[in-house]
Amino acid sequence: MLDLLKAPVESVQDFFYLAGRALRNVFRRPHYADDIVLQMEIIGFGSLPIVVLTGFFSGAVMGLQLSKALSQYGAVGKIGELVAITLVRELGPVLTSLMVAGRNSSGIASELGSMKVTEQIDAMRALGTDPIQKLVKPRLIAACVVLPLLTIIADFLGLVGGFVIAFTMLNLTPAHYWNSAWQAIDFSDLFQGLIKPFSFAFIVALVGCHYGLRTTGGTQGVGRSTTRAMVVASVWIFVMDFFITRMFVRG
Amino acid sequence: MPEQASPVVLRFEEVSLAFEEVQALDQVSFEIRRGETCILLGSAGSGKTVLLKTALGLLRPDRGRVEVFGQDITRMRESQLYDIRARIGILFQEGGLFDSLTIEENVAYPLVNQKLLRVPPEEVRARVEQALEFVELEHTLEKYPSELSGGMRRRVGIARALVTDPPLLLYDSPTAGLDPITACTIISLIIKGRDVRHATTVMATHRYQDGTWLDEFRYNPKSGRLEPAGSNGQPGFSGTKFMVLRQGKLVFEGSRTELEACQDPYVAKFVKR
Repeated sequence: MLDLLKAPVESVQDFFYLAGRALRNVFRRPHYADDIVLQMEIIGFGSLPIVVLTGFFSGAVMGLQLSKALSQYGAVGKIGELVAITLVRELGPVLTSLMVAGRNSSGIASELGSMKVTEQIDAMRALGTDPIQKLVKPRLIAACVVLPLLTIIADFLGLVGGFVIAFTMLNLTPAHYWNSAWQAIDFSDLFQGLIKPFSFAFIVALVGCHYGLRTTGGTQGVGRSTTRAMVVASVWIFVMDFFITRMFVRG
Repeated sequence: MPEQASPVVLRFEEVSLAFEEVQALDQVSFEIRRGETCILLGSAGSGKTVLLKTALGLLRPDRGRVEVFGQDITRMRESQLYDIRARIGILFQEGGLFDSLTIEENVAYPLVNQKLLRVPPEEVRARVEQALEFVELEHTLEKYPSELSGGMRRRVGIARALVTDPPLLLYDSPTAGLDPITACTIISLIIKGRDVRHATTVMATHRYQDGTWLDEFRYNPKSGRLEPAGSNGQPGFSGTKFMVLRQGKLVFEGSRTELEACQDPYVAKFVKR
């Protein structure tokens, strides 16, 4: 029984050790600005198409679903408000982070995993660079910067998606839709909607790096790490989402 | 004997290291003096790579003590280890080249990143070219590792190990998986690298022949060729030491004559031609 627990406990311990070292190094030199910019491009710009598409269509789908429910109460006019609140508080951050986790946590894990199995990580340490500084830190910083930005884009496109439904199927005027959407969102919604992607960025980057750097067992091992990174990152995003939401919703 | 006076460069004292169930190093003790050549023989999985990585501080032993250049590295912080590593050149088994960087960037990597060396940026290019010239690959600067053959990648790895002029050189199975002709080129480069710079050399290998070449041949800088040791009145080398690892245990340590006379069946297997 204890032997069964040993591996997961060790993994968690390693994860927090890595997280601790990465955080301690955030303000410590050297900074490798080139790597940070490159990672921002890979994680941010690279994820743009999928974030745009998921944002738009989740907004549109929500518009469709809500239109039916709201029409029963004769409250179709509230659609902008509902789409805005759900998107900004919940769907925008979570869907964006899940997309980026699926794309980049696995990507980071496979990249670092391949480096690990071909001794490039060892070479890096042997030749004078700390892999935490050179590999983990740029990915962490890049994710923390771009994930909130991607979320804002997803939120906006979700609202556009909702608007397309409201305008074409429910005959709402643009002014009506956008006004009710805009007025629905208050500061705490925005705050919640941005603190979430910022926190999820830690999961996306660190889980990917953790599984990548722990890779053993050749190409097969790289495949295993890649899958695990994506699954674990996605699950933890939901778990963390619950706790952050709980902080904002006091019963 | 003069070599007895030279300082110890690498010392292992009762070093043990285990990965879960597997004992990778089992109470290994030895010392290597400056200028010595050490051939580390052993079959796959005998702990050669682990031993070299422990010497670099990439792996920490469970028990025992590792001294490099007279400093105990077993309890050193990672940041202090970089200063030690700056004085060690290593060729990894598969070359360990960064496949996202060009050959030039790969060879320049230690010059740019080893803080201790402080190489001025304007000097880097010249030193990289010089190192690549040494391994006769000066035309590959702009290429990526994936565009080179296995042997060429190994040679770039040697250039990267030599570019910082380190006093201690570690080679991890430099000829593994190469054809005999390429393997011969690699070994002659290792001999050249050793004799031009008088570096202490540790080479892990499973081929006894590689070790004997390092013992038999010297590089003559005047003629630019390899010559049998002791010819042309060249001074004999301060010594080639052979060590044999078996499942993490050091089962033999001594000169070539002693190795060839050794009766142990495992050791004898390596010597058989």
